[in-house]
Amino acid sequence: MVSFNLNGRPVSVDAKPDTPLLWVIRDQIGLTGTKYGCGAGLCGACTIHINGEALRSCQTLVSDIAGKSVTTIEGLSPNSSHPLQKAWVQLEVPQCGYCQSGQIMKAAELLAKTPKPSRDQIVEHMDGNICRCGTYHNIIAAIQLASKEG
Amino acid sequence: MNAIDKTTLSRRGFLAGMGGMSFAIAMGSDSAQLFSTEAQAQAAAKTINAWVRIAPDGIVTIYSAGAEMGQGSKTSLPLILAEEMDADWSKVVIEMAPADRDIYGYTFNKERGMSIVGSRAVMLYFTDLRMAGAQVRKVLIGNAAQRWNVDAALLKTEPGFVINPANGQKLSYGELAATGVVPNPLPKVEAAELKPRAQWRLIGKSIARRDIPEKVNGKAIFGLDVSVPGMVYATTLHAPVHTGKPVSWNDADIKKMPGVLNTVKLENGVAIVASSFVEAKAAREALKVTWDKGAAANFDSDAALDAYAKVAADPRAEVASVEKKGDINAAFASAAKTFKADFRADHGYHAQMEPLNAVVRVSADGKTAEVWEGTQAPDFTRDEVAKALGLAPPAVTVHQCYMGGGFGRRSLGDYAGECATIAKQVKKPVKLVWTREEDIAFGMFRPASFQHLEAAQDASGKVVGWKHSVVGDGGALLLTGVRIPYYQIPNIDIERRGVSNGIRLKHWRAVGHVFNVFAIESLVDEMAVAANMDPIQFRIEKMAAIPKLRRCLEQVAKMCDWTAPRPDGRALGISLSERSNSLGAGVVEISLNKDTGKIKVHKVWLAVDGGTIVTPGPAKANLESGIIYGLSGLLHERITIKGGEVQQTNFHDYELMRMSDLPEVMEVHLLESTERPTGLGEVGNPFLGAAIANAFYRLTGKRLRHLPFMPDRVTETLTS
Repeated sequence: MVSFNLNGRPVSVDAKPDTPLLWVIRDQIGLTGTKYGCGAGLCGACTIHINGEALRSCQTLVSDIAGKSVTTIEGLSPNSSHPLQKAWVQLEVPQCGYCQSGQIMKAAELLAKTPKPSRDQIVEHMDGNICRCGTYHNIIAAIQLASKEG
Repeated sequence: MNAIDKTTLSRRGFLAGMGGMSFAIAMGSDSAQLFSTEAQAQAAAKTINAWVRIAPDGIVTIYSAGAEMGQGSKTSLPLILAEEMDADWSKVVIEMAPADRDIYGYTFNKERGMSIVGSRAVMLYFTDLRMAGAQVRKVLIGNAAQRWNVDAALLKTEPGFVINPANGQKLSYGELAATGVVPNPLPKVEAAELKPRAQWRLIGKSIARRDIPEKVNGKAIFGLDVSVPGMVYATTLHAPVHTGKPVSWNDADIKKMPGVLNTVKLENGVAIVASSFVEAKAAREALKVTWDKGAAANFDSDAALDAYAKVAADPRAEVASVEKKGDINAAFASAAKTFKADFRADHGYHAQMEPLNAVVRVSADGKTAEVWEGTQAPDFTRDEVAKALGLAPPAVTVHQCYMGGGFGRRSLGDYAGECATIAKQVKKPVKLVWTREEDIAFGMFRPASFQHLEAAQDASGKVVGWKHSVVGDGGALLLTGVRIPYYQIPNIDIERRGVSNGIRLKHWRAVGHVFNVFAIESLVDEMAVAANMDPIQFRIEKMAAIPKLRRCLEQVAKMCDWTAPRPDGRALGISLSERSNSLGAGVVEISLNKDTGKIKVHKVWLAVDGGTIVTPGPAKANLESGIIYGLSGLLHERITIKGGEVQQTNFHDYELMRMSDLPEVMEVHLLESTERPTGLGEVGNPFLGAAIANAFYRLTGKRLRHLPFMPDRVTETLTS
């Protein structure tokens, strides 16, 4: 059993210690907003927050998060009210949408630490997250919008 | 998953709604009338799924038949219907249509289909959906006229209401649906009865995409997100050589592994079934399979292109003619000047972000089945699942999910069929998930090709002869974009020289256009340089560009300030773009790092004539997406195959473009048009190959003739 805090609530899961957190969240707990893209820490689709830090849940073992606080896209805000989510809707950032949970979680980490990032800071911070539909320019614009309104 | 309501239509009776009105609408094969033929009426009479349902509370439910992979069809198709029926858009609810091509299919090349490939959704459904919407409106007006005992011709509609202008009376669509009747047959609608463009309230306006809100909070359901009670997990290891078959494997060892429930021998691989995906994946990695490798065992992708070059030069090679026009031999015999050029292209991988997956549940009696999948072709998915289970297609219900990218890969139903095969064997609901590694290894690639082109100019410099030979595997995939109807050349000979080597191939965002337009527009640029002419002027004057292309060229020239000087180390290149009846012209501004061989695309401008634009925001987004997809494919991505096996395994060795490579400027422009909509999903990338290569020539005096333009290849070109 591993116990941790997920989106503000305590949870305990029966999982082998070396199970990637991604699959615990998706298949055992049933929160499917966090996506599987590569399983190798290369694309960022599975990005979540652990104690406020954006990490790849496919590269995080469930045993490593005992007692920690995990936030997924479902827990970022109760009703899509995070400034990034609002900006994402306003600018219609998503196309297929598959990578966008990871993009938003990665961007949320940036704004938490750097509320008014420059374009270069945004690019540097977001460069590990792949978007195959090519929404990068809209992601930058939405982060900039959220940083103004956040 | 969406519940799917079914209504039965009695041919002679009325279509009773569920406390409202349901419209059973089968699209006519002439794209003109609903229930246009007796045969369709009969087909539709058996099982009818409503296209449109109006509830007494005024909620209008519209089924969308266009698969949603990020291009916005789930919004744009119902919007077309809603426009003509004058629905209140705020009361429109959208559901995905069932997988029945007889009812929900479009008509293309005289066949009905639901496959959303080649940018077909808006292009092929536009007229059908307008007619359907107009018909619904006519029925609503007819009901109001009867209720008020007035002439229907005197009534009009406002969104959600029928209105009698004479006395100001109004009835909401909901009120009408509560007691109204839907006549059978439905009233005919003439094209002249459609709403004039000036009265459009939805088409061409800024309307929010309906799928966006659930794509920012994790609620959107992709195929990978589906689970059903009692479900087990499967993953597969396919033959590393695409033509291979499994002979034997360490079955006893695998079955001892934690969580493993079963293994299933597939025609082309081995499936592991386990109680979790993690356990299935671990077992997949422990599989030791002896393969019968088959015909592709010695395939080498680099050597293949050399072999293709020999086929291109071989007078005895088998030739399939694509287009012959005029007298090509005379044109070349009397030419004042001729040009020849060869081009090569490697394989490309789709790399859709969501690895392939499906969920299949077979009923306890084995007579029916359900499948959940993000698919570009729900009808093919239904066929493939039915085939795997030995059922008739109507016994299979397809629940369409969002797709985490399609790009041409998700239109065969192949992995849904594979999931059904496994489910049949293990007698449990199965969720099949391919790993990313599997998705690449057993990918279906954009074909590699070799191209030989020749052009002949007369004494005035006009291009009067054009030869294009495409060599490769992939049949028709090689031919998209090979014709040049936008240039009025009197003598043309276009051919394909087919080769078969067993590598799996598939549509890939504009597929053949990627290498064909690259070759065509590179040669055109070469001729413009030789003529010492501006490449735009050359296309207009010497290639006789049609007016539509001319407008695109002139527009993009304006956008990029074509003749203005560029900073040192920068150069522009131009090419036309074309796909699915849309035409465009694009320009890139590039620089080159001569030490690393890395090309940087700084600015991109693209002007496209896509006909009438239904949803401007997503239309623009489709073009921008095409640009990024195209740049990624040209500058970062390359599939290589040695000994029949794909060498790339994940995103560390098949790299995709990231944010830091985004052009600083990316400007797209849609030309004003009142013509029918044409495809926009794939016209954003075909111009990029030649535009970059042509800019590269201006920068270096060297021609890039082999795509993609990876740094090592660029360096090789520079030193050649």
